[in-house]
Amino acid sequence: MIAVLGLQLSNPGAWVFLAFAAVTVASALMVAVSRNIVYSAFSLLLTFFGVAGLYVFLDADFLAAAQLLVYIGGILVLILFGIMLTNKIRDIHVSNDTTNPILGAVVAAGIFLVLAYVSLRCDWQVEDRPPAATAHEIGRAFMGRYLLPFEASSVLLLGALIGAAYLARRSEKKEGA
Amino acid sequence: MHLLDFIHQLLPFTRDWADWFVYVLMVFFFAFAILNTLVAPLTGISTYIERRLAGRAQYRWGPNRVGFRSLLSALPLTRGLTKLADVQPIKFIGSKIPGGLLQFAADGLKLFTKEDIIPSGADSFLFRLAPYVVMAGSFAAFAVFPVSFWCSATNLNIGIFYVIGISSLVVPGVLMSGWASANKWALYGGMRAASQIVSYEIPVAISLMTVVMLTGSMNMNDIVASQLSGYGIEKAGLLGWNVFRYGGLLVVPFVVYFIGGCAEVNRTPFDLPEAESELVAGYHTEYSGFRWSFFFMAEYANMFAVGAIATTMFLGGPLPPYPAAFTEGLPMLARFGEGFFWFFVKSYFFVLVMIHMRWTLPRYRIDQLMHLCWKVLIPIALLWFVIMCGVKMWRMEQNLPKHPAAAAAGAHR
Repeated sequence: MIAVLGLQLSNPGAWVFLAFAAVTVASALMVAVSRNIVYSAFSLLLTFFGVAGLYVFLDADFLAAAQLLVYIGGILVLILFGIMLTNKIRDIHVSNDTTNPILGAVVAAGIFLVLAYVSLRCDWQVEDRPPAATAHEIGRAFMGRYLLPFEASSVLLLGALIGAAYLARRSEKKEGA
Repeated sequence: MHLLDFIHQLLPFTRDWADWFVYVLMVFFFAFAILNTLVAPLTGISTYIERRLAGRAQYRWGPNRVGFRSLLSALPLTRGLTKLADVQPIKFIGSKIPGGLLQFAADGLKLFTKEDIIPSGADSFLFRLAPYVVMAGSFAAFAVFPVSFWCSATNLNIGIFYVIGISSLVVPGVLMSGWASANKWALYGGMRAASQIVSYEIPVAISLMTVVMLTGSMNMNDIVASQLSGYGIEKAGLLGWNVFRYGGLLVVPFVVYFIGGCAEVNRTPFDLPEAESELVAGYHTEYSGFRWSFFFMAEYANMFAVGAIATTMFLGGPLPPYPAAFTEGLPMLARFGEGFFWFFVKSYFFVLVMIHMRWTLPRYRIDQLMHLCWKVLIPIALLWFVIMCGVKMWRMEQNLPKHPAAAAAGAHR
């Protein structure tokens, strides 16, 4: 399996890559199957961290740091806040955990087969060279070719921000009145 | 040469071991070496300074006086030796050597020997894990600091962005400790710390990005290099530093950064997460012994990190305030020493300021804290970002025709 992926085990990078991949997969599994939602959330920390490590292996240094900043510093913290403001997080009673088990298994197996087929058929290029700088290229792409989607998403985010502030403010007034 | 071959040559007996085992050992060795040669002494010096200044501020004599004599007399076995240690104290800039030097040793000894308590109601796995997560987040930033001229552990292209990203590991760590303690005060402290750090990350990041925009690079060594010259002088010394360049306009982001940085490391006047009068001790209420000291090592490492980032981004990093380095042309080690000296003097200046602030200013209220961040610091940081955009564009207009390479490129078109 490892030989198929083209990893050379004499290379220290291969071991680090395998470690990151193992951490990512194991913690993602933990997120899905853990009965304790707090454990799920903290496993997500490792998943995000592992994905950032995989970005480093794909020569995407800027993306890796952005992954840490946005997903761990932002989204995970938001999820944790939500969980910690919730009552009874330890023993949740899931009433409908076996809805459509066969259909779900079929869909999951199908996705797994497609992904496995693609990853085994693809001719993965393993390159042993120092990572290139990507920040300049990403900046040029944002400010040049992809300016419109970039600006559109920033307007969307601004709208979401104003909407959130508006909703928070109104509920505050109602409580006061 | 390949790293593994190098290890095999250096230590022949490792040839028989599995490769992965050697790699794992190497990772641990490097982590151990960095922790013990850089981070641990740094936090040690910072705690020493903090104890001394706190002792002065509060009229507690101990931390400024504890010497060999008192330590020897404290232990029954060595009490007889006190005569030997009864040397005349040396006067040195108003203080007496060893001026409280052993308070540091006594603190360490105390922390080592304290019982490690895990509350019965706590989630013991997360409770044990949390100090490591917090420590990893704050220590990982040390990898990119330019500790001397063009010298850092890794010359990362995205340097300052990496620091901002990796230090966000601290937030889940703090929340983890707060939740796992199964203690209301700890949970409140964790939530406060998280909301405070997340909020103050914004003005901090914007003011740092102002410098990145002006420099055109996120690499910390490049940012230092750009501060060599200024005002048209090749080696400008003090005048080349970012705070003094651009007619001193960057003083505002600098101050915003420093205030935000203090809030991010939970130092007074922003130490609400561990406010003793309200929350016992905040997110580390239930911790004792060495786990507790992990949080404090992380805090002192963070304080130094704030100073180091401020130094690198605004005060020229390892560059000396005089125009040309003294050790130019001398061997590598001497050059390294000069840069190292200035980097640490400048960074420790900020640590000292933070310690003085802690023992001078009262604590903010949570609403004042949020008001300061969202309604004062963020607008100022944003406004100054826009102003500096204008400055950058004006300078580009001014400089472009004069620059020979650009003029030549224009002629070719």
